[in-house]
Amino acid sequence: MNASTASAQMRSHWVQEKLFLGMTFRDYIRSNYTPFNGVVLCILIVGIPVIIYRLIYGLGPSTNLSDNNPWGIWIGFDMLCGVALAAGGFVIGTAVHLMGMKDYGFLFRPAVLTGFLGYLFAIIALTFDLGRYYRIPYPMVVSWGVNSVLFLVAWHVALYLTCQFVEWCPAIWEWLHMKKLRSIFMKATLGATIFGVCLSMLHQSALGSIFLLMPEKLHPLWYSEYIPLWFFMSAIVGGLVMTIIESMASHKIFEHQIKSHDPERLDRVTLGLGKATAVGLFAYFFMKVVGIAHGNSWRYLDTGYGYWYLVEVIGFVLIPALGMTYAVQNKLVSMVRGWAIVTALGIILNRLNHSIIAFNWHLPWEDRYVPHWMEVVLTVTVITIGILTFRWIMNRMPILYDHPDFEPEQH
Amino acid sequence: MDAKRRDFLKVLTGAGIAALLGPGEKVLADVATLPGYPNQFGVLVDTTVCIGCRRCEWACKEWNKLPNQKSLKEYEKDRSVFDRIRRTHADTYTVVNRFPNPRDARKPIYVKKQCMHCYEPGCASSCFVKAFTKQPVGAVTYDASLCVGCRYCMAACPFDIPAYQYYDPFTPEVTKCTFCFDRITKEGGVPACVEICPVETMTFGRRSDLIELAHKKIRDNPGKYVNHVYGEREVGGTSWLYLSAVPFHLIGFRTDLGTVPIPTFGKPFLSLVAPVFIAIPALCMGFYSFKKRRDRLAEKEIQSVLESKEGKR
Repeated sequence: MNASTASAQMRSHWVQEKLFLGMTFRDYIRSNYTPFNGVVLCILIVGIPVIIYRLIYGLGPSTNLSDNNPWGIWIGFDMLCGVALAAGGFVIGTAVHLMGMKDYGFLFRPAVLTGFLGYLFAIIALTFDLGRYYRIPYPMVVSWGVNSVLFLVAWHVALYLTCQFVEWCPAIWEWLHMKKLRSIFMKATLGATIFGVCLSMLHQSALGSIFLLMPEKLHPLWYSEYIPLWFFMSAIVGGLVMTIIESMASHKIFEHQIKSHDPERLDRVTLGLGKATAVGLFAYFFMKVVGIAHGNSWRYLDTGYGYWYLVEVIGFVLIPALGMTYAVQNKLVSMVRGWAIVTALGIILNRLNHSIIAFNWHLPWEDRYVPHWMEVVLTVTVITIGILTFRWIMNRMPILYDHPDFEPEQH
Repeated sequence: MDAKRRDFLKVLTGAGIAALLGPGEKVLADVATLPGYPNQFGVLVDTTVCIGCRRCEWACKEWNKLPNQKSLKEYEKDRSVFDRIRRTHADTYTVVNRFPNPRDARKPIYVKKQCMHCYEPGCASSCFVKAFTKQPVGAVTYDASLCVGCRYCMAACPFDIPAYQYYDPFTPEVTKCTFCFDRITKEGGVPACVEICPVETMTFGRRSDLIELAHKKIRDNPGKYVNHVYGEREVGGTSWLYLSAVPFHLIGFRTDLGTVPIPTFGKPFLSLVAPVFIAIPALCMGFYSFKKRRDRLAEKEIQSVLESKEGKR
């Protein structure tokens, strides 16, 4: 009797420590009365019913998809942008674990966590887009359409999600004080990183290669044999700038967690990432120019779509590249962060151009796709739940700091 | 595999051996440009004949038991549908559209639209669960029991044919013309639309014969047709073929599709998969061991410097 009360007490203690951040349940609830959570609540009150509506009534009433426009923002934004901007885990993993850039080591865990959640929620959003979402494992277990680029994407995204989970796992085991599991997973990190590099290279470019089958639907300024290369290069840049943005935000929001908070170290690393971004952007710009030259699509530049293309490639690639170079040379850290945001917006613009704006460009305006409000609300809801998950984990697991009971990770 | 296909493969093997043995370059070239299943069926549509009675639309719905069916009379009477250009939808596998005739304004041109049944279908190469099959008889069929509903096939179709049952919340399917697969696989069977046509706009038969027939028609009637059989080479060739009196872009056809089969565009990328998985881990491991070595050497150096300092003291 006594023993069971003790274990029950232990359990409630565990719940209090691990889940309620050491507070009692009532205090924990009270601590959540914040303006931010108020906004979140409003989003969820509208968003959750929209998700249920989509699941019950189908794609027809809840989206503006049509027979001419089979894909909307759930593919173009949630999936394409989500995956491109979640490349941080792979970029930082390569830098830290393979190239031995130890001073970037403290970015590894937050980058992997962001990457993991980015992929996870991109897949969740995709689920709502699939007509028969309950068949999502079919390409893995029921029928292999090996000729399809999408088959490659499905497999690689699933495998890469596993890879990132493995890379992130040590933080979970530290949180739960499971030493043995942690050491096993620590050993798997290198393997997961190398496997992750292969998978990322292929599926990031494969997401672009999906459009290779649509030469007659995608505007020639965006259609090119170089699409895989463009998507891969811009994903690297996306990973870099998202790491800059995410580290800025989380070091501000979760500053209290880091005992040895050293803003100078973060600034130094941000400058390094900015430098890599600038190089990446110049390379990407060059690839874009080569693509146009290769397809000899110059004559399209002096059209409406051409001007829009120039906005993307000059305004959101070349200018950020120059701006980033200037900021790095003059060690202007907040300017680096500013250009990082512009670059991230540019990548979003690029993915939307490929999937929506320059897609079906031959169709008259009345047959073109404009998202339904429910599509937008569902997207916002999924992102909000993603942010909540990120915060929940950040508040509990040793992501930004080294757990005091464990040896810090060796890179 | 039917006997004809087996024979064909025998011929193929023979050609391969001949190519290996000697001056067989020409044979080898034939193999490289393999024109799909031999003896596959096709339909030749002569758009100069069609009167726009829409009986084919009715027959299609009737045979495939599609929803929103109306009586045959209503189909023939309702001319207002021609006011706008229509496409295929979830409940309609085929539509007839009307286009103004630049040669004779009193005689508009009617064009039937349905799946073209490509030799190398874009839909089939896009599908990640292999729900589409190019059948040896020529039909491109769809297996709803595999479909996940990603709708990539709709995006990958150069003719904008596959449609989706967006308003079915739980078991939506992609819909498209089946080439009446269940009819044409039976001896003497022809598609429902071909059978009902009162003016013989459509001719069903072996595709190779139809190509010959089409060119013969063009030759024998100088000035009647433009000298092009749409579908003979478009996106690598289609089972359905069209003849027209006016340039094809005037009657709703895309003439910028080129002759390369859609799957070909994705192939170079897919062939990258194996090299990446071979080369990248090797490179990564190399990188990693160089890094380890560099660290070890640096450590040694520090140690030796420290030791020599200690020794001096």
